[in-house]
Amino acid sequence: MSTTTSPPVKAQQPLTGKAGVRAVREAFSGSVASFFAVAIAVLWTIPVLGLFLNSFRSREDAATTGWWNFFLHPSFSLSGYQEVLTGSGGLVLPLVNSLAITIPATIIPIFIASMAAYSLAWMRFRGSDWIFFGIFALQVVPLQMALVPLQQYYVRGLQIGGVTILPSPGINGSIAQIWLTHTMFSLPLAIFLIHNFIAQLPASLIEAARVDGASHLRIFRSIVLPLSLPAIASFAIFQFLWVWNDLLVAKTFGGTSPDSQPVTARMQTLQGSYGSRLDLLAPAGFLTIVIPLIVFLSLQRYFVRGLLAGSVKG
Amino acid sequence: MATGYHSLASNTASQAGSTLFGVLVVVGGFVAILAIVFAVAGRVTGRLEKPIAVVICLGPALFLVALGLILPALTTINNSLKNQQFLGQIDTKYIGLKNYTYAFSDPYTQHTILRTLAWLLVVPVAAVFVGLLVALLVDRMKFSSVPKTMIFLPTAISFVGAAVIWGYVYDYADPSRPQTGLLSQIAIGLGWSNPPNWLITVPLNTFLEMVIMIWIQTGFAMVVLSAALKSIPDEIIESARLDGASGFTLFRTVQIPMIRNTIVVVLTTVMITTLKVFDIVFTINNGNFDTDVLARQMYADMFVTAQVSRGSALAVILFVAVVPLIWYNVRTLRREREIT
Repeated sequence: MSTTTSPPVKAQQPLTGKAGVRAVREAFSGSVASFFAVAIAVLWTIPVLGLFLNSFRSREDAATTGWWNFFLHPSFSLSGYQEVLTGSGGLVLPLVNSLAITIPATIIPIFIASMAAYSLAWMRFRGSDWIFFGIFALQVVPLQMALVPLQQYYVRGLQIGGVTILPSPGINGSIAQIWLTHTMFSLPLAIFLIHNFIAQLPASLIEAARVDGASHLRIFRSIVLPLSLPAIASFAIFQFLWVWNDLLVAKTFGGTSPDSQPVTARMQTLQGSYGSRLDLLAPAGFLTIVIPLIVFLSLQRYFVRGLLAGSVKG
Repeated sequence: MATGYHSLASNTASQAGSTLFGVLVVVGGFVAILAIVFAVAGRVTGRLEKPIAVVICLGPALFLVALGLILPALTTINNSLKNQQFLGQIDTKYIGLKNYTYAFSDPYTQHTILRTLAWLLVVPVAAVFVGLLVALLVDRMKFSSVPKTMIFLPTAISFVGAAVIWGYVYDYADPSRPQTGLLSQIAIGLGWSNPPNWLITVPLNTFLEMVIMIWIQTGFAMVVLSAALKSIPDEIIESARLDGASGFTLFRTVQIPMIRNTIVVVLTTVMITTLKVFDIVFTINNGNFDTDVLARQMYADMFVTAQVSRGSALAVILFVAVVPLIWYNVRTLRREREIT
């Protein structure tokens, strides 16, 4: 009845300036453009929706019919989740392993990189610019180039001409070598990102602290580190998603037993062996993606800020 | 039975507990060591204060970068000139550029390289096209954050997870039975009585795998391009409108040229990611059925089929392909920063 009254039609009058631009933008909103935008968004979400619905369907339904049948014959069951979580070779330990890899591989580079970024930005010394550009340029080294040499280092230490320069860290086969690898490879990006931020802190702030007799280490700890939290947050969410979602490093340096693999590597194996068990693939797949999705959705703002600062990993 | 189940569960719990405890020890220990180093070194004053601070702050980063990036890169270049087959092999010889001539003359590797080039052309262009389209559509929308988040969401999903998700789209079932794959169901619904088994149909399967990559990368393209569109000053759009430009003309003559640099940067960035695509191909077909790409074959050479030197040569080829892309990216970004 009167709930769908059309908005009052305004008298046509020539609009200029910002008001004109806004009027044009509003004219487009809610019309064809929005329809197409929403259509593409829905299209983009359908595959995830399929996985989500299938993960809650009963075993017979999920294995024999498509997920869209959920709307015709709804069935609800948690047996898939139960089996994936409690069955042997299930996902509990891989999820724990993923956390155990991702947390150190996110926190440790934050400290190492922000320390390096501070020293390169504020403790000027001869060659500091060159070191910064050198580290920045190392972003071109693809991870693929380091796999075999790092593997050899983890197994038998660093040898040049048969002479051991640096002994093996003794972490071969443990998840420690996965986070150590991620830590190393995150540094060029992390130092670049945090340096860009730290270098723009007001010089007067740091000079004032110097005049007051504060040492560099103290300035870093009590002034610079707290002030760079936005940049650190951007990097942290980047790194968290990157490490959690990584497969290549996990496959190369992780163990092969289901108990020592992170969740991506475990999932990749399951994709093969659950091939005939479509009912288990869906809950396992959803468990794999749910934690990064939560992190992403709750911290999207920082993530976008990092993206726009030119921090793209590869 | 019940006890077996319980012991399994308690085993899992204790192993999970010890793993997480290990993480606490590592992270806590790391922070504690830092705190101690800072406390001790903080007592140093005078002429030595700054050098010591530089060493403490910069040392760990330089050490890790040298150990993890510089030395391995040099070692891999060195390996690619040898005839090493398996890891840890002692009696290796230098064989010049033979691994490279092999890579470009072996028919299988040739196909791998050509396929990687196809990925490199299709994925970035498609992702930027759709991303730009959405960015333009939502630019004038009120509640733009909802569709934007929906399209951006796959960015957070791992390639492995994406491969599982798209498995439910590409899944094959005999046409006489109920379908489990969405694509087959749509094909049948449109009157195609006997759709193929998508993922083993050459060359269609490569393009279907590309779709997954496009699905993931579009959100990134959209977010960056959307921000670029928003940064065009209103005055410019307004004066273009006064000159009579609207709709597509406005888009083609004003908006696109204004964000051209950003488009190129997004294009090259997606190219770099695509060049290293490994997880999707590895998870879906493991490179079988004519879907192999450079990064997947390199991994197999190094760790599966015992051809370390050939794999190293592929890694170096990857590196050489990435360098100009990143160089171009950095140059464009720097020029843009100088202007603004």
